Amino acid sequence: MLAWTIYLSFAGALVEALLPKGKATLARWLALTVAVAGLALAAAGFAAGMGHGRVTIVDAAWVPSMGIHFLLAADGISLVLVLLTGLAAVAGVLFSWNVEMRTNEFFAFYLALIGGVYGVFLSFDLFLLFVFYEIAIVPKYFLIAIWGSTRREYGAMKLALYSFVGSAMVLIGLLAAYATSGSHSTGLVALAHAGLPVSFQMWAFPLVFTGFAILAGMWPFHTWAPTGHVAAPTAASMLLAGVVMKLGAYGCLRVAISLFPRGLDPWGFSFAGIGSWRDVFAVLAVVGIVYGALVALAQTDFKFVIGYSSVSHMGFVLLGLVTLNQIGVTGAVLQMFSHGVIAGLLFAIVGRIVYDRTHTRQLAELEAMHLSKRLPFAAWAFVIAGMASMGLPGFSGFVAELQVLVGAWIARPWWTMAAGVGIVVGVAYTWRALQKAFFSDALPSPHVLEYEQGHGFAPITWPEIAGVSLLVMASLVVGLYPKILLDAIEPAVKVLLAGGGQ
Amino acid sequence: MNGIPILTLLTLLPVVGAAIALFSGRHARAVALATTLAGLALALTVWTQLPGDGSMGLVERAAWAPSLGIEYHLGADGLGALMLVLSAIVTLMSVDAAHRVHHQPGLFFALVLLLQAGLFGSFTALNFFHWFLFWELSLIPAFFLIKIWGGPRRGPAATQFFVYTMAGSVALLLAFLAVFLSTGSMDFGQLAALAATGGLEQAVTAHLGPVTMWLAVGVLAGFAVKVPMAPFHTWLPAAYAEAPSPVTMLLTGAMSKMGVYGLLRIALPLFGHQIAQMRTPLLVLAVLTVVMGAWAAAAQKDLKRIFAYSSVNHLGYCLLGIFALAKPAVDAAAQASQAAALNGVILQMFNHGLTAATLFWFVAMMQERTGGERGIDHFGGLRKPAPVLAGLMGIALFSSLGLPGLNGFVGEFLIFRGVFPLAWVAATVSILGLLVTAAVILTVIQKVFSGPVPEHWAKFPDMHGRERLALAPVIGLMLVLGLVPQLIVDTVNPTVVNLLAHWRF
Amino acid sequence: MNYADLFRMTLPETVLELAALIVLVVDLGFLRKAALQVRVATAALLGVCGCGVALFALLLQMPGGLTAPGGDLLLTADGSSAVAQTGILALTVLTLLLLIDTDFTRHVGEYVAVVLMSATGGLLIAAAQDLLVIFVGLELLSLGLYILTAFAKSSGKSAEAALKYYLFGGMSAAFLLFGFSYLYGISGSTNLHRIMLAAYGWNAYHTSTLLHVALVMIAAGLGFKVAAVPFHLWAPDTYEGAPAPSAAFIASVSKLASFALLIAIGTAALHVFDDHNNVARVSIGILSGSEPVYLGFARSWSLILTVLAAASMVLGNLAALAQTSVRRLLAYSAIAHGGYILLGLAYFSYTSRSAEAVLYYTLSYGLTTIGAFGVVGEVERATGSDRLDAFLGLHKRSPLLAAALLVLFLSLAGIPPLVGFWAKFNLFAAVLGVSTGAVPLALVALAVAMSAVSLYYYLQVLKRAYVMPAVNETPIAVHPVTLGVLLVIAAMVVALGCLPALLQGWIAGFYPVG
Repeated sequence: MLAWTIYLSFAGALVEALLPKGKATLARWLALTVAVAGLALAAAGFAAGMGHGRVTIVDAAWVPSMGIHFLLAADGISLVLVLLTGLAAVAGVLFSWNVEMRTNEFFAFYLALIGGVYGVFLSFDLFLLFVFYEIAIVPKYFLIAIWGSTRREYGAMKLALYSFVGSAMVLIGLLAAYATSGSHSTGLVALAHAGLPVSFQMWAFPLVFTGFAILAGMWPFHTWAPTGHVAAPTAASMLLAGVVMKLGAYGCLRVAISLFPRGLDPWGFSFAGIGSWRDVFAVLAVVGIVYGALVALAQTDFKFVIGYSSVSHMGFVLLGLVTLNQIGVTGAVLQMFSHGVIAGLLFAIVGRIVYDRTHTRQLAELEAMHLSKRLPFAAWAFVIAGMASMGLPGFSGFVAELQVLVGAWIARPWWTMAAGVGIVVGVAYTWRALQKAFFSDALPSPHVLEYEQGHGFAPITWPEIAGVSLLVMASLVVGLYPKILLDAIEPAVKVLLAGGGQ
Repeated sequence: MNGIPILTLLTLLPVVGAAIALFSGRHARAVALATTLAGLALALTVWTQLPGDGSMGLVERAAWAPSLGIEYHLGADGLGALMLVLSAIVTLMSVDAAHRVHHQPGLFFALVLLLQAGLFGSFTALNFFHWFLFWELSLIPAFFLIKIWGGPRRGPAATQFFVYTMAGSVALLLAFLAVFLSTGSMDFGQLAALAATGGLEQAVTAHLGPVTMWLAVGVLAGFAVKVPMAPFHTWLPAAYAEAPSPVTMLLTGAMSKMGVYGLLRIALPLFGHQIAQMRTPLLVLAVLTVVMGAWAAAAQKDLKRIFAYSSVNHLGYCLLGIFALAKPAVDAAAQASQAAALNGVILQMFNHGLTAATLFWFVAMMQERTGGERGIDHFGGLRKPAPVLAGLMGIALFSSLGLPGLNGFVGEFLIFRGVFPLAWVAATVSILGLLVTAAVILTVIQKVFSGPVPEHWAKFPDMHGRERLALAPVIGLMLVLGLVPQLIVDTVNPTVVNLLAHWRF
Repeated sequence: MNYADLFRMTLPETVLELAALIVLVVDLGFLRKAALQVRVATAALLGVCGCGVALFALLLQMPGGLTAPGGDLLLTADGSSAVAQTGILALTVLTLLLLIDTDFTRHVGEYVAVVLMSATGGLLIAAAQDLLVIFVGLELLSLGLYILTAFAKSSGKSAEAALKYYLFGGMSAAFLLFGFSYLYGISGSTNLHRIMLAAYGWNAYHTSTLLHVALVMIAAGLGFKVAAVPFHLWAPDTYEGAPAPSAAFIASVSKLASFALLIAIGTAALHVFDDHNNVARVSIGILSGSEPVYLGFARSWSLILTVLAAASMVLGNLAALAQTSVRRLLAYSAIAHGGYILLGLAYFSYTSRSAEAVLYYTLSYGLTTIGAFGVVGEVERATGSDRLDAFLGLHKRSPLLAAALLVLFLSLAGIPPLVGFWAKFNLFAAVLGVSTGAVPLALVALAVAMSAVSLYYYLQVLKRAYVMPAVNETPIAVHPVTLGVLLVIAAMVVALGCLPALLQGWIAGFYPVG
């Protein structure tokens, strides 16, 4: 049943592409229907699959001579991420309700991207996972290049090339693993049990991990993220930060860590406290957390603040992954969900609600606009989103970050301290953005005064309200009752850490 | 565990009320009044339902996220229930005082009610996650209440308030994380029991090394900012002054008590031994708070700032009492002193909350009549045109001073009664604070109420019927509690005895 | 050998030649007064029929091939050659179908006839096992291609390209022949199998200088045919100057035939093992594990191919980045793709795995390239240029053409689920299946990296078609048959990519099991 999330999305994309031009309303409603159907399926699949371990959904021989199967399966981690995709998809469609130019093509690319993402989260065959991973690249390019804003062509190309380079690295690892294991099968489970030699894993792990981590925004390969997010149209940035970056982290977990666990072992020598790939990536993750936060603090463009904050939050995810303990990895997966929802919300507010009305993202200009009075919905939505992003208890981010910190402490205490710094700076930049953009007491600029004489801002539309509500609810529910997701994630993580991709 | 989850209801009630108030526009105040009245009724019900032996009553438990030690665990003992009643009363007063909110009243009262929910939640929580949730959540409405409806310099005041408190919260969180890591539990009761046998320190040392002292410092830091304890108090005067007076009532009446409550519920039970080891420097800081608060109040010209610093001073007595009793009791006399001090602290929490809120209410009334004036030099001789105001405010002022017969006296008396035998140096120096406070209060009375009446105040309107009706119960309560403190002590004392029996220094 | 056998064996070639003659006769004899469209359509259709009959004739060939008296195999009919021959015919059909809308020449009958004759040459090469047969086929193919390049008489570029192609080609043919003569000198025979035997016998532990020289010469000659660096200099000009159908033909059929030849050489080299010593079958690579016998020939040949492959991959992709003419871009991309395929030939497995992978790649690449040139040709006809800017706003001017362009170019870039991705994956898996040592891994890594680079320049074209605003928004009218063919090609690219087992299974069916 979960496989239909994939099929429906691609079918929807095809139908959208074939729609005649000018049928914008039809295109929107069709996209919304497909997205909601996907979410419903994801939720149903989540409810049904909880507590059952890994469930195989589809297993068809694809290229039997090479042992490649069209294998779709889901364990707790996949279910949670599929649910996230469903939520993000629906929210993205709602926040793109005002796209007027080439609407059907927009939603065609959008649904194709969603389909690819569902595919990655549900694939349990490495080749299939890679195929879906790559499929997601091209729609991203076009979404940004055609409907984006600041420096969109450059941002789109940079994103596409970085993603492609990352996936090239993964492909090399995949080919090498396949060949080294005897070229029998590309199933994740089979490869995990193939007994790949330690020396092989020692170089395959960093290669594949880095390949996926590029898409996850790991420092120093993160530079595509702020540029790309800023260039992208709202729905695309929501998806990019919310879901696509999670593809990278998921790949790190599902592929790199599961297939090449020995690659994380100590090298036998250590250099400045770094004695294994695990240490290396932990350092990079922590640097990403702190660097992302500090740079976000210095930004003058509202969207850049959020873009860099995504880099910082993804650093948390990566840190949680390399702790390699139950609580840390669970926290990482929960953070994937939490940040997915929150980042979507933040970009939606900044892009759709604010920018589409004010036509500026410069904090200095927004300061003079007194948005808390003129766009109260945006202001309060951002307060809630900001609280969630800061990791305030009651929202999903708190529990996730808590778990990552605990997991990091168990692994290496100094990681926790550095990460804690990131949290504190995170409060600071969110606060700064909130103050400057919405609650500033600066004098209104002449530009604003004359605008006010003319007309106010366009009223908030129902899709915006629906989208914000959906995402806020999701974060609140998980924040107040994390068990709902933890019950799915924890057993899956346990299995993964024990048997390597079983 | 009986059938009706009163405590959950109590916490949810203001949330629901907030949701309704948000959309009620001009009627938001009525909604808020109704909600706070209902809240008061529930709180009083809790007060009457407490078990007689001072243990935790009305307990509610449910699993929440077991793998993280997070449990939905609520309960109320004498201390908690008293705080609930206080919060309910103060919020009611605050809503009553806020009858001139023209700008977005729905939002204003919704935020006030959310703040009350935060208060209720943190006073009933028995698991760190739940408690921290409400601790943090109460910050947000407070910030916005200051930021949106505050005075001319509200921006920096609000930000400073938020940043300081958040910083303290981070320290708290990290310390508690460490505790969780070492013991696997976030339950206050479990952790207290563990600490009483020395097990907590052992667990922490086993898992993390000899860092228990640092954890204690972290926890203390979090509360030190909130109470506030000098030198972390600098956010308070600006925040209290810039906030609209009804909000200041809430801040001083109830929110400041969250810090003291935290010390009593968390810091002393878990880290009693460490606090005892740091007792001297802590006492110094407490005394500093007392004395400095009073001196600073004496230097102010703005009524709100005077009362703000005076609040710091009064809360300093709580700190004095808390740190003084943090030493192993060698004999029955010492135990009696500890009991006295703790009773005093709790009483002081309640009484100060009540009194301070009332004082700020009066300031609000004066501001309304004068178009925002608050400087004491601007007033004069108001006794003549407004005798009722002068009279009632005088009672509140004298209560703040600590006049016997009014509620403010009992708490301070008990604190000093307990502290003198346990830490006579600190007690002696703190007397200074008493003296200076007396001077300040008398100066206020003199400058505002006595003396010649300036021309422009000749027509100063007195309190009208509605205000008298609203304030009468409060002033009456001050008098009653001053004369018959047993009303509170009888219920609180068993809790005090119970707590002291379980604390290890 | 009797002539009946010979006739049976060469039936497909004969059919094609006959078809060529029929086309000439019909066009010159009966259609003198007809409109150009009619003449083109008739000639193309006749050519297609001819290919169809030839395909059928393939089935009539003897499975064991044709042996000369004396026991030497002259022509094979199974395994790689069957696949290649079928492929050549199919690709010729597609090229001819694309001819329908063209107007670059009035000598359509001659054009189709030359195409068919070149295809004949290709068929011969694919089946040949004898040096002289190889050369005959090669020349037949090449001469036809030179003429096809020059066919647009009104275009100066066409003539220039053809001249360059001819001069270059003639020179490399000379090199090839020279190398062949040395091989004959070493072995005393022109049969591939005997040559290999002799080479091993002579050079079990070392490779003599003579053999080295011969190999380099042959590599030069064949490298020219497949446009490998440094023998690629003709390709950009030829791809740019030749008429679109000719360029398509060169890029697909000629490549397929040449690679089939390289496969034949590789296979022959390896099968020596079976005969010569009873060592268990091993796959060969430059530095693979432990080799029981030093394989002088194979080692040198592998080395040469590896150098060519690496150079082509790198230079082809890097040079393509700078191009502003889409045709030249496709030329350099062809060089790059040739590099990938050469890698698959450098690491050649004893089982049919490598051969299958190489053929899969070449077939799918040929298919995609024909489509690509078809689209480029249409855009050229409408806008008069093949610059990047000619593609601006294509999605508005002809959505179907733009969609086909999208699919084809993404397939060339290697994006799943299109056939180009699978072809690359399959090929690289085959290379690593031969050896997972450091060098093949590094080479595969290089190939994947270069493939990633290629996305950039393919996206440049797609960017113009989809993203950037149009300069001229008049719709482009495309002949229905052309459009139909292009869409069918695009659909096949998608289908074969989603269901790779289809083509792979079909190819595998031609090889004996095990």
